[in-house]
Amino acid sequence: MLRRFLIGLALAFLGLMVLLPVLAIFTRAFADGAAAYIAAIIEPETLAAIRLTVVAAVIVVPLNIVFGTAAAWLVARYRFWGRRALLILIELPFAMSPIVVGLCFLLIYGAYGPVGAALEPYGIQLMFNLTGIVLVSLFITCPFVMREILPVLMVTGEDEEKAALTLGANGWQIFRHVVLPNISWGLAYGTMLTMARAMGEFGAVSVVSGAIRGRTMTLPLQIELLYNDYNATGAFAAATVLTALALVTLIIRGLLNRFGPAREVHP
Amino acid sequence: MATLARREARILPGFSLSMGITLLFLCLIVLLPLTGLFWQLAQLGPGDYLRVMGSERVLAALRVTITAAAAATALNGVFGFIIAWVLTRYRFPGRGIADALVDLPFALPTAVAGIALVALYDKSGWLGRILDSMGLQVAYTWWGIVIAMTFTSIPFAVRAIQPAIEELDPAEEAAALTLGASRPQLFLRVLLRPLLPSVLTGVGLSFVRSLGEFGAVIFIAGNMPYETEIASLLILIRLDEFDYPAAAAIAGSLLGLSLVLLVAINMLQHRLQAYLHREG
Repeated sequence: MLRRFLIGLALAFLGLMVLLPVLAIFTRAFADGAAAYIAAIIEPETLAAIRLTVVAAVIVVPLNIVFGTAAAWLVARYRFWGRRALLILIELPFAMSPIVVGLCFLLIYGAYGPVGAALEPYGIQLMFNLTGIVLVSLFITCPFVMREILPVLMVTGEDEEKAALTLGANGWQIFRHVVLPNISWGLAYGTMLTMARAMGEFGAVSVVSGAIRGRTMTLPLQIELLYNDYNATGAFAAATVLTALALVTLIIRGLLNRFGPAREVHP
Repeated sequence: MATLARREARILPGFSLSMGITLLFLCLIVLLPLTGLFWQLAQLGPGDYLRVMGSERVLAALRVTITAAAAATALNGVFGFIIAWVLTRYRFPGRGIADALVDLPFALPTAVAGIALVALYDKSGWLGRILDSMGLQVAYTWWGIVIAMTFTSIPFAVRAIQPAIEELDPAEEAAALTLGASRPQLFLRVLLRPLLPSVLTGVGLSFVRSLGEFGAVIFIAGNMPYETEIASLLILIRLDEFDYPAAAAIAGSLLGLSLVLLVAINMLQHRLQAYLHREG
């Protein structure tokens, strides 16, 4: 009795709070029919926003894979001074308002900030363009890859790696043949999360992008613009692109839970 | 001995490489921008800081943000616990989908969540229509902010509580029941006690996350100064007016509050765990 009540309560909450909003996106996007939906997607400004968003993600994701893997390896395999501080620092982007993140970048890399002012005589501008979008996206997404790989590295332990070392493998060979096969699922999910969040970042990007129509509008900014222009079909059609990306991310997570290694140890 | 232990710990190659990459990235992407905020704050005297923070509008924005985050956290504390419990202990059709739904707010861009919630709760939306016929309004009110914050922080509550429930031994619950414990006693003394550190973490993370939520909130909030304007939006407004000192003052306060909470959660969790272990 209690069991059925609790299951019902949990499903009702998830259905009402999570599932229904997602269904609403697709219903609104197709409210005027499939032709209107396609017309909204291939609208030049929306396409330009998609292109810019993809370009930014293509730069951000590989950098974060390198950082996330290095940081997870560092924290999982070595003890050093400042290790705990490092763990807290990497979690920081979760706790910060994206507007505060954007402001921080403006204050240091913007025209009036020390770094931005120093670079200005050389004609280098970091904010209100692609560089700015990439920089804040790197900040916002820096925990994702690391958080997914770290538990896997903690669970698998270092015996296999040490065995490879005694058998004469060099660092690259150990990474390629021992570490990578273990972390591949975690890396895949972390990468997808990074991509979904980088492409979907709104607050921080809206502070530093400059929001120039057709030039520095990312997809989430374009969604806001269309929405405020009362172009509901356009806004929700653009939103389906990002929603689809989020759903693919969750499918990968489902596969990871089914086929990936157990991952229940906390650092 | 210490040097020996240290050398032992670093047999595996890659220490300098991974340390170098990590530090370079953290300095350029995380630490330097944070310094930017502190640099701006340092230029601001205590008098200016208090003048910005003491203004009616800033105080109202902070009040709206904190009360809505608290309400969202309370909702997520209760439902997060129930969802975590159901997902861990029960097997039922649709469990896999429910599990995936928990992570959806984490993967869905906040702006998309924002317009989706408005589509649902405004007067023409599926839920808004029903609420409207009952004379209730959620969209463009304080309640809208609560709904948006609840949406984005669900995964933080559930995923923090879930591993702790997995570690509980169902035999202890059975033992308590055979010894004549009532349902409330069972819940309070056998279940909640060992779960307290993780519930606290989940609730704390969910609150901190809600304080900083922006994208999902601004579409549904209505954004009326003094009533439904959140702190993050006020920072953005000051920024658009090129009032950097005021923006930095509000941002610094918001960031400071989050940091204090994060550290407090961390410390309290360690204390509680030590206490519970000693008690046995």
